[in-house]
Amino acid sequence: MESKSSTTGNRDNPNRNLHGSKTMMASHFLRALFRIQQTSTSSSSAGRSRRIRRAAYASMAYSAGTRRAWSRALLRKLRSRARLRFPRRLSRAATPQRRDMDQAQVLRKLVPGGPSMDDCKLLEETADYIRFLTTQVRLMQTVMDSISS
Amino acid sequence: MSSRRSRISEEEIAELLSKLQSLLPEARRRGTSRASSAKLLKETCNYIKSLHREVDDLSDRLSEMMATMDMDSAQAEIIRSLFRP
Repeated sequence: MESKSSTTGNRDNPNRNLHGSKTMMASHFLRALFRIQQTSTSSSSAGRSRRIRRAAYASMAYSAGTRRAWSRALLRKLRSRARLRFPRRLSRAATPQRRDMDQAQVLRKLVPGGPSMDDCKLLEETADYIRFLTTQVRLMQTVMDSISS
Repeated sequence: MSSRRSRISEEEIAELLSKLQSLLPEARRRGTSRASSAKLLKETCNYIKSLHREVDDLSDRLSEMMATMDMDSAQAEIIRSLFRP
């Protein structure tokens, strides 16, 4: 079923778009890592960790480009140098979620740019965001495995 | 295809939800086979949160490793492993 809601293609195979992005993601992230290692002082591992984390989200956003609302929102956040924070506190101990609406609201806080999306767009963007997130995580794992071997 | 504006229909939502479900890892998909949308959204939220945590965790570990090792020498190995099939 063709979707007319998105502007650019993710028409038949969404993974096709991801493939080229993976290479961009990897090269962007690696360059950032090497830069971080060269320019960070030996003192703060926490500071370096924050920079690495930021580089992770940056490489995700740059490789997705501006064709997605989530990546545009992420790029805006990164450029404004605002702190990258995703809500974590909604734990199981919090009030039990009752209706769909509550979960959609929770989801809106987790996906960059979420608050301005309608339900349909939210689901599309979420799927794309998850694909890029999992790719980034796998990339980081691969880097770590090859460093530690 | 009609040229009506995109309107959120039940079928569209259902299709998007099922696409979302296919992205969840096996373990989280169990129990959502009836595709109750509330449950599915909740699992999606939990999955995204766990992915965020993984990024944090991997950042910490990479940071520690970078302190003690020379990345230049690991460079070739990293690039090789990234492009392995």
